[in-house]
Amino acid sequence: MINKVVAGADEALHDIGNNVTLMLGGFGLCGIPENCIAALLKKGITGLTCISNNAGVDDFGIGLLLKTRQVKKMISSYVGENAEFERQLLSGELEVELIPQGTLAERIRAGGAGIPAFFTPAGVGTEIAQGKEVRTFEGKTYLLEHWLRADFSIVKAWKGDTTGNLVYKGTARNFNPMMAAAGKITIAEVEELVPAGTLDPNQIHTPGIYVQRIFEGKGYEKRIEQRTLASTKV
Amino acid sequence: MLDKTGIAKRIAREVKDGMYINLGIGIPTLVANYIPSHLNVVLQSENGLLGIGPFPTENEVDPDLINAGKQTITMMAGSALFSSAESFAMIRGGHVYLTILGAMEVSELGDIANWKVPGKMVKGMGGAMDLVASAKHIIVAMQHCSKEGASKLLKSCTLPITGVRCVKRIVSDMAVLDVLPEGGFKLLERAPGVSTEQIKNATAGRLVIDGEIAEMQF
Repeated sequence: MINKVVAGADEALHDIGNNVTLMLGGFGLCGIPENCIAALLKKGITGLTCISNNAGVDDFGIGLLLKTRQVKKMISSYVGENAEFERQLLSGELEVELIPQGTLAERIRAGGAGIPAFFTPAGVGTEIAQGKEVRTFEGKTYLLEHWLRADFSIVKAWKGDTTGNLVYKGTARNFNPMMAAAGKITIAEVEELVPAGTLDPNQIHTPGIYVQRIFEGKGYEKRIEQRTLASTKV
Repeated sequence: MLDKTGIAKRIAREVKDGMYINLGIGIPTLVANYIPSHLNVVLQSENGLLGIGPFPTENEVDPDLINAGKQTITMMAGSALFSSAESFAMIRGGHVYLTILGAMEVSELGDIANWKVPGKMVKGMGGAMDLVASAKHIIVAMQHCSKEGASKLLKSCTLPITGVRCVKRIVSDMAVLDVLPEGGFKLLERAPGVSTEQIKNATAGRLVIDGEIAEMQF
């Protein structure tokens, strides 16, 4: 049995340097690797290309790394809710590539699954189709989109075991499983790390083969962006 | 004229038993409040859930359970959770029958613009381009005119488009209209207190009026 357990985020990120491409799991602030983001902030590496559906908020998530100017480029589908992001985008300090969310998810899935490109209808006839190969299948037009892979993928799961098997909770799964497969080195931080054999093999979401390093994270804040209650007036 | 709630209530009447539906952010999210309780429908959230339930009570709030608008939610009995890739596979594969979303402009050919205003903040398209490219039926919730009174139902969109020839039906604050396959907005219903003449004046694209147009029923 291969033991993949490391002590924490610092050890998991020990060999990460400037100018790498990172995938960071999460949708909004849901299912983001809080411990590793804090460690990246502390480590101070720069020139990062971050592939993540969103860019966090001003004072949490990837927003923290934007504030310290550690991010050179964001590849995302939606980057609202972040004033510092907007400022850097408009001033040209930050490169941004916006990708339809389903295309982003599938490009990452393709990266992990060894499929270099695929056709999708999303974005046909729009400005994101510029420069892309177009082909018609059974009367409908599709765009050729390429895989995405990363030097490091950093994902967050609910439970994990010492062999790297992962289980997610609720909608915190989102981009984490595809990213886990698309990283040259995948680091998983989990809320609860258990011995191999504890998790039911029938219920594993990410098989351990995709995960190189795993640790139990500490002090999850799990900040909520839009606390909406049954009693909230909308 | 309808307010946001009125538009949501009218769109809720388009919902039929057994539908799988994706609701966009804003007015479309409100539609869920007015779907008759005797209908069995399943709401899809593109961040990985089939079976969105009501907003939670204080005790039910779970930061690991949100909708695509990042609002806290609950799950219905019989829900399923999955990854974003699986979510868009079911969208792209045509399994989510109905998409309801907002628009800044719609053209008479059914093109939709709702993701970008050049020169202003660009937030990104999120899942909108995938949804409009693949849903079998697309209903748009929108204001008929801008605050300055300019029509948003146009011959062709002036803003960067999200998808081509995809909108089937529009519910605006003034009217219900279908986009005809050959192009043009076919007027189906008037909002309470709005005349056919007012709708004509507020529609820049080709408007097709066939006989007497009834007022909306709720």
